[in-house]
Amino acid sequence: MAVNTLRKGKGHGEGRLSAESGPLFQEHPVGSPVRGAAARQSSRGPGHSFPRGRAQALGASLSVQRVPGEHQPKLPLIPLGSGSKAQPCLAFSLQIFINNEWHDAVSKKTFPTINPATGEVICQVAEGDKADVDKAVQAAKAAFQLGSPWRRMDASHRGKLLNRLADLIERDRAYLAALETLDNGKPYAISYLVDLDMVVKCLRYFAGWSDKFHGKTIPLDGDFFCYTRHEPVGVCGQIIPWNFPLLMQAWKLGPALATGNVVVMKVAEQTPLSALYVANLIKEAGFPPGVVNIIPGYGPTAGAAISSHMDIDKVAFTGSTEVGHLIQKAAAESNLKRVTLELGGKSPNIIMSDADMDWAVDQAHFALFFNQGQCCCAGSRTYVQEDVYNEFVERSVEKAKARVVGNPFDFKTEQGPQVDEEQFKKILGYISTGQREGAKLLCGGNPAADRGYFIQPTVFGDVQDSMTIAREEIFGPVMQILKFKTIEEVIERANDSKYGLAAAVFTKDLDKANFVSQSLRAGTVWINCYDVFGAQAPFGGYKASGNGRELGEYGLEAYVEVKNVTIKIPQKNS
Amino acid sequence: QQLSAMTDRFIHQNTKQTTIFINNEWHDSISGKKFPVFNPATEEKICEVEEGDKADVDEAVKAARKAFELGSTWRTMDASERGRLLNKLADLVERDRLILATMETVDGGKLFSTAYLMDLGACIKTLRYCAGWADKIHGRTVPMDGNFFTFTRHEPIGVCGQIIPWNFPLVMLIWKIAPALCCGNTVVVKPAEQTPLSALYMGSLIKEAGFPPGVVNIVPGFGPTAGAAISHHMDIDKVAFTGSTEVGKLIKEAAGKSNLKRVTLELGGKSPNIIFADADLDAAVEFAHIGLFYHQGQCCIAGSRIFVEEPIYDEFVRRSIERAKKYTLGDPLKPGVQQGPQIDKEQFKKILELIESGKKEGAKLECGGGPWGDKGYFIQPTVFSNVTDDMRIAKEEIFGPVQQIMKFKTVDEVIKRANNTTYGLAAAVFTKDIDKALTFAAALQAGTVWVNCYSALSAQCPFGGFKMSGNGREMGEYGLHEYTEVKTVTIKIPQKNS
Repeated sequence: MAVNTLRKGKGHGEGRLSAESGPLFQEHPVGSPVRGAAARQSSRGPGHSFPRGRAQALGASLSVQRVPGEHQPKLPLIPLGSGSKAQPCLAFSLQIFINNEWHDAVSKKTFPTINPATGEVICQVAEGDKADVDKAVQAAKAAFQLGSPWRRMDASHRGKLLNRLADLIERDRAYLAALETLDNGKPYAISYLVDLDMVVKCLRYFAGWSDKFHGKTIPLDGDFFCYTRHEPVGVCGQIIPWNFPLLMQAWKLGPALATGNVVVMKVAEQTPLSALYVANLIKEAGFPPGVVNIIPGYGPTAGAAISSHMDIDKVAFTGSTEVGHLIQKAAAESNLKRVTLELGGKSPNIIMSDADMDWAVDQAHFALFFNQGQCCCAGSRTYVQEDVYNEFVERSVEKAKARVVGNPFDFKTEQGPQVDEEQFKKILGYISTGQREGAKLLCGGNPAADRGYFIQPTVFGDVQDSMTIAREEIFGPVMQILKFKTIEEVIERANDSKYGLAAAVFTKDLDKANFVSQSLRAGTVWINCYDVFGAQAPFGGYKASGNGRELGEYGLEAYVEVKNVTIKIPQKNS
Repeated sequence: QQLSAMTDRFIHQNTKQTTIFINNEWHDSISGKKFPVFNPATEEKICEVEEGDKADVDEAVKAARKAFELGSTWRTMDASERGRLLNKLADLVERDRLILATMETVDGGKLFSTAYLMDLGACIKTLRYCAGWADKIHGRTVPMDGNFFTFTRHEPIGVCGQIIPWNFPLVMLIWKIAPALCCGNTVVVKPAEQTPLSALYMGSLIKEAGFPPGVVNIVPGFGPTAGAAISHHMDIDKVAFTGSTEVGKLIKEAAGKSNLKRVTLELGGKSPNIIFADADLDAAVEFAHIGLFYHQGQCCIAGSRIFVEEPIYDEFVRRSIERAKKYTLGDPLKPGVQQGPQIDKEQFKKILELIESGKKEGAKLECGGGPWGDKGYFIQPTVFSNVTDDMRIAKEEIFGPVQQIMKFKTVDEVIKRANNTTYGLAAAVFTKDIDKALTFAAALQAGTVWVNCYSALSAQCPFGGFKMSGNGREMGEYGLHEYTEVKTVTIKIPQKNS
């Protein structure tokens, strides 16, 4: 049986991970990124080298450097790793979290989670399946019974617990950021500064809502007193993706718990570690047993068990449109559970010729390449107006070539590996399709290292709307640049997609900004910016990009049933 | 004596802040004047505090105005960061809960256990509640006719003058500053001259929490001087006052005479508490008792007209007397004491005078009726029965431990009598009958109506008065409206689409 509290000598990957010896924290000299000896592609720009020399330390590396740039927030030491042998970084339970306790899978099965920077196994995690989901649902139902501590709790106290959870995550921020990087491959600086920051803010935001999501009293015709109660939906199944494991967990937990639901959560099989660590914090924060239950496992087994469960009242899923279809279908075939979906996208980013060109190039690059391109809202169709097209393309290529790919624990790294081999292969497949269909490959196009799932920042020019790379979600560091002439034309082309998650327009013209933003069929429209997220602003998709909204006050609606109470009264008065 | 020595030591150690708080700094009064602060349980002077007046208010307003300038740290701060600062302040109040509760007790005569559990509990919860609102005060986009894009911004009003009463010095301070700050205003606060200590202590916590200089300014002083300077000020955009109806009128008048500043008032009451024969009598007696005697009767919401249905009247009176006689009076710091002193000599005398009027006008004094002890402003728990609506004790706010019990026969009669007052702050009805309960919930002219309970307040619920009990509401989402200006922005667009 796989041991779930990993110490030394368990699991497959420990040899590699514990290879380093030395002090728990080391500091590399500032400004000496480890880089370069053996990157294999020849045409790469200055930033594309891959630190093969350090490859074996990837993930468990102890390197501590400063982030480049002038106003660098101070990053804490990376708390991963190791004295000589052990993996103290994984000294927490890697089992299934039900009723605030840790359980092996009923089947006793485990699965490996892989470090995408090396392709090696980090450790084994308990593999939840239908039987485990059943157990979790039972626990959740018990926690949701009338008269239970959770149901009787003051709404403000639910808020207090969420704030406490935020405090605990803040306390363990560096640790969680390191886990996130180890398991997902995203640069540590990003994990720490972006993901963890947004996680804490999201939980605090929803903490505040818990006693502020008001029902209404209603001036019903006749001699009646009429009011609404916003009651929790009940047992919520939540299926979390691997691209922002912690953040998506917070997006799901925040509104569900603020409104008083109980949760059975399946975390992505690629990235279960940080979520399991958070389970400990949920218990420490003082949530009653059964309120949050977390099951690592696979989609076709544990995920399917959730979406087709007869005793789960609502399912929320973030992931691919393909799986979104399955979830909605399973809900329909089982108990008509409520469904919210946050799915794929092929978001248009429209650059008008009057835009601030430096800023537009910068943002369009960020819009696509952020998080290794693994964003559902990635600006993956960059429409550039004819008269600035050439310049824009040239500068975008320059920028892509300068992108630093490498060890995600290196503070200079801007781009880590893709999450797993499947994604890696899929992306490379899209790149060859793009070439085959006649798009112009301007840079990149290949793996960026001889191990791990690194892909070179890739830019395609002369992309046509009909090409596969202009229609399908690539979810990788592959930028498509398309040319347009008129506003009317670009609006039509931008909307000609089955997706509708996000969109952006860059222009200095007020009329154009307003017209385009109103015309785009997308749940989020950014004007002169991209990927601006805050817990306050709702997010979700038109069309096949999803159902419902997350975040903001709107995000609460998916987690309540509205109950209308009408009482006969002797006489009405205004 | 030991307690008294401990109190002295405590006061000495913790009342470091006795000066005016402007721009996160401590200042002496410009006039050089100070005023004494007394312990109402002993009539002894605790310390002297700088006495703010018009010149000090001017300085405070300048600081607040500066902190509110476009581009300032406070104006450019994320709303969520304002929330974080309020949460931080809540943490600090929680940390210093013991000190603050002791201050409330020594300075305000409040029972220590009450101060610690109720007052400080409410302070912390209110801060956290408003912290949560900071980034949830939504403007709207508006489907305006024509080719326009229209949206609203909920902007802070600006510099808010806030005048705090002495009965809940800290809770009322927080009820004022928390909504003002979560909406992004800057404030000039005048705490009551009787109870400035906890407010000044808060000054240091506000600074420690990290609020930028000038966002909160605290000027201790008297109503006719510092208070009047605030309400007349040409550069204060809004004034919020909690206190007597008499002073409330002055404030509104001053706002009218000066710059038409926005005014919210939370004033007096003479709240009816209606007990039907079908009510749970034990619960009704207890709630009616607490509804009046809580904090020595010094509550604006005090249930000071208890209407009891005829069949249970005698029994209700009997049990109420029994309950009122159970009291242990004494030093509010001492464990076991259930009633402390009135706030000051003026109140003490006024209450005794109203008790006399009750006797003279023919109400039946069932117990109490006089002062207690040889020092401090203690008054015996007092119960009057056979009170009629025309008596002064049935019409005027006593603000002391004096309970009036009246008799009624029918629903229509008691609705009329309950509403026959210039006040409209709170009201309650005790009944098991769903029709009666909802009839009264609709019929009573009061900002808060309790059914089968009394004094149930919390940060989520709006609170304020009908009629002469005030203008506007505090707390809840409604309370935020009083601290924002709505700005409509309309932009011409080439073509509208839904």
